[in-house]
Amino acid sequence: MAAFTGENLTCIRGDRLVFEGVDFAVESGGALVLTGPNGSGKSSLLRLMAGLGRPAVGRLAWDSVDVDDGDEEHGARHAYLGHADAVKPQLTVAENLDFWAAFRLGPVAAADAVRAALAALAIEHLAEVPGRYLSAGQRRRVNLARVIALRPRLWLLDEPTTALDRETVGRFEGVLDGARADGAMVVLSTHTDLAVAGAEVLELGA
Amino acid sequence: MSALGILIARELRLAFRQGMDSMMAVVFFVIAVVLFPLGVGPEANLLARMASGVIWVAALLAAMLSMERLFQADHEDGSLELLILEPVALELVVVAKVVAHWLTTGLPLLVVSPLLAVFMNLEAAGLAALLLALALGTPTLSLIGAIGASLILGARRGGVLLALLVLPLFIPVLIFGVGAVDAALQGISARGPYLIMGGLLLGALALTPWAAAAALRQAAE
Repeated sequence: MAAFTGENLTCIRGDRLVFEGVDFAVESGGALVLTGPNGSGKSSLLRLMAGLGRPAVGRLAWDSVDVDDGDEEHGARHAYLGHADAVKPQLTVAENLDFWAAFRLGPVAAADAVRAALAALAIEHLAEVPGRYLSAGQRRRVNLARVIALRPRLWLLDEPTTALDRETVGRFEGVLDGARADGAMVVLSTHTDLAVAGAEVLELGA
Repeated sequence: MSALGILIARELRLAFRQGMDSMMAVVFFVIAVVLFPLGVGPEANLLARMASGVIWVAALLAAMLSMERLFQADHEDGSLELLILEPVALELVVVAKVVAHWLTTGLPLLVVSPLLAVFMNLEAAGLAALLLALALGTPTLSLIGAIGASLILGARRGGVLLALLVLPLFIPVLIFGVGAVDAALQGISARGPYLIMGGLLLGALALTPWAAAAALRQAAE
């Protein structure tokens, strides 16, 4: 049973205080949904959790061991999905995904992981399509497939369902449930109605 | 180590798919050198005397020109954040990027330089020295340029800023690169300049990954 926790987190960007005194805790199989108005710091909190920058005050810990930014052990257990989709226009969908999967899992494990991820979102037909021909929703699905292929223990998802159609959202909910049943934990921010069963809600900017 | 190879392979594939981007540096290099005989006149002795200097200056400018995009595309499309987060040292990512950059621009410069040396009437004795000096010097240019390329992320008019940051740092490479060719032309040993260029290369190899990685982390925050 692993646990990812944050205590008394304060985030300052530029000269602006984004949030202060935020605590959270997620356990294996658990989910945390970040809500709050625009600019309340949902993305900033997810970036801190991922290790992009460090909190001005407070600490992040995995099983009570501190997590620093640039912490490779932490990098190996989470997968982060941000606003940008990181899809290279010159590469096909399969090549894009193969790179990220091979970069972390090694070339042997990558092929299977990518195939499974494409199947999970039903986008096998896009495998040979170059990134430049994808729509916004398709690019987002490729980025989600990247996260799925990495099989992380901690999913950090910033507005994962942006530009997705209803059917894909449903499929993705299924993927999240499956991952949590296998002991992964999920932290996500959302404005749309993504159904995450039994999730705790952290209200920012309240 | 295998992650390094995977990243280099991806960079090379991107460069080949993008064709023009890496060709541009070589084409610039050729055109810049070709302008000199047209401007100075076809006096063989004069050209021969200028040859090594002109080729080196053109190589510096071509290398700098190609540097701007090194991290920019990854910065804009979000790949850079993911590369920072991956459990591979960012310093190694920088090394892989630089290796790929040298293979797609430094190496082509090296390949076309004999042609330009003939064009500039450089003597045969100088040609071997020029090639060896370029082989030692262009990787140093790629490494130093990577520091500049990582510092300009997010800046407007990054290209101009890059020139101001990087060109002064290229000066030692220029001085000893030309020095090696001059020594060979005068029939004296060019060992000194080669050793210094080798030292510059090793120094840049030791410092660049850390400097560029720090700048990249800063840019991603």
